[in-house]
Amino acid sequence: MGSHKGVLVCGEIAEGKLSPITIELLGAGRKLASELDEDLSTLLMGSKAGGLGQDAIAYGADKVYVAEDSLLDDYNSDAYTRVAADLCQKVLPSIMLLGHTDVGCDLAPRLNGRLGGGLAMDCLAISIDPATKLLVSTRPVFGGNAHATMVSKSARPQMATLRLKVVPPAERNDSRQGQVIPFEGKVDPSAVKVKVVDRIKEEVEGVKLEDAEVVVSGGRGIGNAQNFGMLRELANILGGAVGATRPACDEGWAPTRLQVGQSGKVVSPKLYVAVALSGAMSHIAGCLGSKVIVAINKDKEANIFNVAHFGIVGDYKEVLPALTAKLKELKSK
Amino acid sequence: MNTIVCVKQVPDPEIPPAKFKIDPETKKVIPPAGVPPVISVYDERAVEAACRLKDKHKGKITVISMGSGKASDVIKHTISMGADEGFLLEDQAFENLDSFGTAYVLAKAIQKIGGYDLVLCGRQAADWGAGQVGSILAEILGIPVVTLACDIQAADKKFRVKRTVKDGFEVLEAPMPSLVTVSSEIGLPRLPGGVGLMLARKKQIPVWKAQDIGAEASQLDKANAHTEITGLSVPTRKTECEMVTGGTPGEAGVNLAEKISKLI
Ligand SMILES: Cc1cc2nc3c(=O)[nH]c(=O)nc-3n(C[C@@H](O)[C@H](O)[C@H](O)COP(=O)(O)OP(=O)(O)OC[C@H]3O[C@@H](n4cnc5c(N)ncnc54)[C@H](O)[C@@H]3O)c2cc1C
Ligand SMILES: Cc1cc2nc3c(=O)[nH]c(=O)nc-3n(C[C@H](O)[C@H](O)[C@H](O)COP(=O)(O)OP(=O)(O)OC[C@H]3O[C@@H](n4cnc5c(N)ncnc54)[C@H](O)[C@@H]3O)c2cc1C
Repeated sequence: MGSHKGVLVCGEIAEGKLSPITIELLGAGRKLASELDEDLSTLLMGSKAGGLGQDAIAYGADKVYVAEDSLLDDYNSDAYTRVAADLCQKVLPSIMLLGHTDVGCDLAPRLNGRLGGGLAMDCLAISIDPATKLLVSTRPVFGGNAHATMVSKSARPQMATLRLKVVPPAERNDSRQGQVIPFEGKVDPSAVKVKVVDRIKEEVEGVKLEDAEVVVSGGRGIGNAQNFGMLRELANILGGAVGATRPACDEGWAPTRLQVGQSGKVVSPKLYVAVALSGAMSHIAGCLGSKVIVAINKDKEANIFNVAHFGIVGDYKEVLPALTAKLKELKSK
Repeated sequence: MNTIVCVKQVPDPEIPPAKFKIDPETKKVIPPAGVPPVISVYDERAVEAACRLKDKHKGKITVISMGSGKASDVIKHTISMGADEGFLLEDQAFENLDSFGTAYVLAKAIQKIGGYDLVLCGRQAADWGAGQVGSILAEILGIPVVTLACDIQAADKKFRVKRTVKDGFEVLEAPMPSLVTVSSEIGLPRLPGGVGLMLARKKQIPVWKAQDIGAEASQLDKANAHTEITGLSVPTRKTECEMVTGGTPGEAGVNLAEKISKLI
């Protein structure tokens, strides 16, 4: 444990650039490294990783390990785990940070299993305990009804996946100096036991849920697939997207990719309209970043009214048509 | 096709936030009176996935759960759904283990059962939600893992697993045996039928202790825990909610439109 030092960020590349979460992780990692007076390094994987080394340095990395291998261009669990584990065994980081993304959610627990570290997933905050110098991770438990803080006294690396947008992105400074180090951990194709045979991208018509400025979400109380059309109508008028709770997706009233929440999409629109959903913490986790939350629910005790800015207690079937018609009228003016 | 499914008993996750209480000292949930614990949501979907494979390919479903005596209720529930056999892993030494300890105990039980083609877990437990026991378990067993499955097919000694990613799906091919973690997109679990309920009532659920599965004391020692929970709190969130009213629900809707049209 004594020999483990430094903070390692597992970076992600999207469309040839450092992904937004990577820049957030570099910001958070820089802070931790400074408090510990240790180095911040990052691992970038993929055949074009080297070209992004200077970017990572500008965002705060002291060292950038690049594993350039075309086998790493798309995420493959076996290949990524192998390379990341090899690097960790070589550089022995004390702390390792990943994003709570498709990649991080799969890679972090596996890497942890292989390295024998201590991992906290989906963290809302990470900091260094001033007395013990241990990483303190805060994460939601019981579907977000409670928060737990966790430490790893002796297991290394201390690992965390960080939820998107809980820390500000690192500021770019092109005068920063650092080292780009090729990591010669070639992937042995025979180590890849699970093969990706297809990737299916779902085309979304209209505005993408994560990018929408207005989201109209429906829950179990909507009652059937047909009535989800009422939500779509309202969303269309406002140029927004439709979202849903897990039960609504389970019932098949909305496609699963529209699920908002802890295990679905995280949205932060200007306006979030929550219709006939109770406001379970695990759902709220996906929309707390919204500027204004509006709730329509027939139960005045529903938890959604505890996080909403405007609310109507009533049957959505009576409220929505009038709301939609009036907004249409106001928008056409 | 022989499948082992790991299921956990959890406090009912649908307790409304206003009634959700914890004891920060013992780190336990204090459920409202009369609300019994349930099978963890995703684990029930994992059992559903196992049943679908059994419907097609025959074979045996074995369920294991680590927990207190009451956890045999969730094992019985899985038997009513179509599982064939279940074991309860119960020992004082198993209480409050971290994710590594949990995965270690499950691995020991799975090795004792043996002869499996597939191990299934939920993507995340509905209580502590560490989201890692399945992947650690696969590493201990030394078998491949596919996470977040929404469909599992078996053919030619291989699995074809569809997994959910942010903007679509991936289709993966995994060898046998593999471990797969199941997400809710796999679909709703079946309701137990009359025959299933009867079988479940009669079924004996053997209890395995540490020595029965050869779990070593050093691996269960809390002093060797990889992670330690140092604090637990219920966040308080209260936004001032302006209630919009009107003579009728429709009027309230009109009034709400006036307010929000200014915001966008
Ligand atoms: C009093 C108390 C103290 C605790 N102290 C700590 C602590 O110090 N450090 C710490 O890390 N955690 C602690 N925990 C939480 C710990 O017990 C977690 O349950 C454990 O880390 C596993 O994580 P998880 O249950 O969230 O599983 P996840 O990783 O979310 O579970 C994934 C899947 O693994 C399977 N699985 C998980 N558990 C079981 C099980 N028991 N039986 C069968 N299958 C299972 C299921 O298929 C599940 O869907 C404590 C809990 C209590 C009640
Ligand atoms: C680990 C974990 C992860 C989870 N992740 C997610 C997630 O990512 N996303 C998610 O959504 N859930 C998630 N859940 C599930 C979550 O706990 C709740 O079960 C779910 O969000 C409840 O959905 P709901 O509000 O649609 O349904 P309910 O809680 O049943 O609420 C329905 C609401 O509709 C109202 N209603 C009914 N009829 C009408 C009407 N005619 N007019 C107006 N109001 C009406 C009712 O008053 C009620 O408040 C997760 C759970 C766990 C344990």
